[in-house]
Amino acid sequence: MPEPIAATAEESVPEATDVQRVLVPGDGSGSYATGEAPLDLQLLHEVEQFLYREARLADEHEYDAWEALWADDGIYWVPANGDDTDPTTSMSVIFDNRSRIGLRIRQYHTGKRHSQIPPSALRRLISNVELLGTDPDDDQLLLVGANFLVYESRERGVVHWAGRYDYRLRRRGDSFEIVFKKVRIVGNDRPLHTLAFLI
Amino acid sequence: MTTTVPADRAAWDALIEHDRVHGSLYTDPAIFDAELERIWYRTWVFVGHESEVPEPNDYVVKSIGPQPIIMTRDKQGEIHLLLNRCTHRANLVCDAPKGNSSAFRCPYHGWTFSNTGKLLGYPFNSGYGGREKKSELGLGRVARVASYKGFVFGSFAEEGETLEEHLGAAADAIDRLVELSPSGEIELTAGWLQHEAKANWKMLVENETDGYHPQFVHSSIFTVADSKIGELYGEKSPAVCRDLGKGHTENDLRPAFRERDEPMSWFGTTADRLPDYVEHLEAARGKERAREIMIDGAPHVMIFPNLFIAEIQIFVIQPVAVDRTVQHVTAIQYKGEPQINRRMLQQTIGSVGPAGMLLADDTEMYERNQRGVHAKNPEWLVIARGTHRERLDEDGFTIGDATDEVPQRAIWRHYLELMEAGA
Repeated sequence: MPEPIAATAEESVPEATDVQRVLVPGDGSGSYATGEAPLDLQLLHEVEQFLYREARLADEHEYDAWEALWADDGIYWVPANGDDTDPTTSMSVIFDNRSRIGLRIRQYHTGKRHSQIPPSALRRLISNVELLGTDPDDDQLLLVGANFLVYESRERGVVHWAGRYDYRLRRRGDSFEIVFKKVRIVGNDRPLHTLAFLI
Repeated sequence: MTTTVPADRAAWDALIEHDRVHGSLYTDPAIFDAELERIWYRTWVFVGHESEVPEPNDYVVKSIGPQPIIMTRDKQGEIHLLLNRCTHRANLVCDAPKGNSSAFRCPYHGWTFSNTGKLLGYPFNSGYGGREKKSELGLGRVARVASYKGFVFGSFAEEGETLEEHLGAAADAIDRLVELSPSGEIELTAGWLQHEAKANWKMLVENETDGYHPQFVHSSIFTVADSKIGELYGEKSPAVCRDLGKGHTENDLRPAFRERDEPMSWFGTTADRLPDYVEHLEAARGKERAREIMIDGAPHVMIFPNLFIAEIQIFVIQPVAVDRTVQHVTAIQYKGEPQINRRMLQQTIGSVGPAGMLLADDTEMYERNQRGVHAKNPEWLVIARGTHRERLDEDGFTIGDATDEVPQRAIWRHYLELMEAGA
């Protein structure tokens, strides 16, 4: 059955305009990475605390609090078959615009998202956090990279998920909001087990 | 539970009854090995689509069950299915998932094979004293290769029924699918997600045309998306399930869509949202026929043993071990139709694969079934639903109500035939 997502949620299909922002290079090109500017330790600390908080909310299935971290124009992308595919023409594991992120969260709240009943027991480690400068087209967007390792346990058994997060974060009050999150899973070109939790 | 393959017809009959099947069929490694020999290495199995190797010398790595296959297009345009195994020391000759090359060079000792499988040569050839028979050392081949409207199938059996005979009535599903594309062609060019299930392959095959589960397994997404899909698989649905013969089965939703009488309702949208597509389809098929096509929608057909056409997606079921199966899935794309293709791709991404709002839950069911089927008591799985109301349609096919288990009984009847033929 392919249609339910279209059935009424027309708005949940990511548009081409969503995608253009995805294709902007998101790592390695920032000022810190090229050593042009001194490291802003205070900013790094704030960013790390934000990422740790997001990780805890995801691990503990605090769906609403996790969703609240997203910007209205947020994009959540988990590519497949490599890290630099074009999600408008290629399959991805997840390619959610803000509307579809909301749909995903509402699906959990029905209590009938069977692949998360019971919810996966999760803990993830975030490390190698790097400030990678700002978006070339919008200097209000911070580019951030980090590695992750997620330990997932459920009836199926234990699965380890490792990879790299690429973020674009925007200031919101004294914290941030997620404008873009790309999850580059190690081995995304090979068979993957069900990934029904928030990665 | 048995631990050996049933020795004769009577022993098979004891495991597969009309309305129930024995749990060992999902758990016994010896039965799995017998299935590879009698089903996967004998009948026609879907391997790939011609659009995956569009240019001369294109290749893509594929599989038939656990067998590693390279699908190539040679410089004359002909498609070959070669075993990815060097004839010297059994190394894999191809290590890229896809590419363009006229030859494959084994990394171990440099033996080189053309993309038609022929051994072109090897280094230091004086070492064989001129006595080797190069013509006998080409790559292994899938014995028979045939295409139907771009769908490439292979059979390891040198002889047997033709692909057309194997497809039988299921060919009509492929006809219906390509007719939805204004050009008459579909493409599978978006790449495949590979979603692994810790479950026996037959759990997947049986689920694909199970009209009983959607309202339970998928109620979460139907509810939040305010979808009308659930009602297609309800007690009151005019949709039917059908035994197409040869183990092929379908959920035929056309009766429900014809009642709605709204073009593109099958796709969860309206025609005015896809003006380019509608214009092209009307130009290609005529206004009247285009309207019928847009009302009837795409097929939902499981072609035994591994090709599931799910309206806007193609699934390929790959058995890897008795309790491990990989589902390969991609979005169908209509050649030359970017407007509808973008939507088909994005809806597919939302629905299927490891995080899919539908398939993650189906796969959870497969894995829970696989855990449960090891239980000692009872040892049987029931497939009796709708037995009392099975009937023949006007073409002589057995049909049932939308939620009946006509497809599951059809799959097992065909399975029994194949397994007994090898006993």
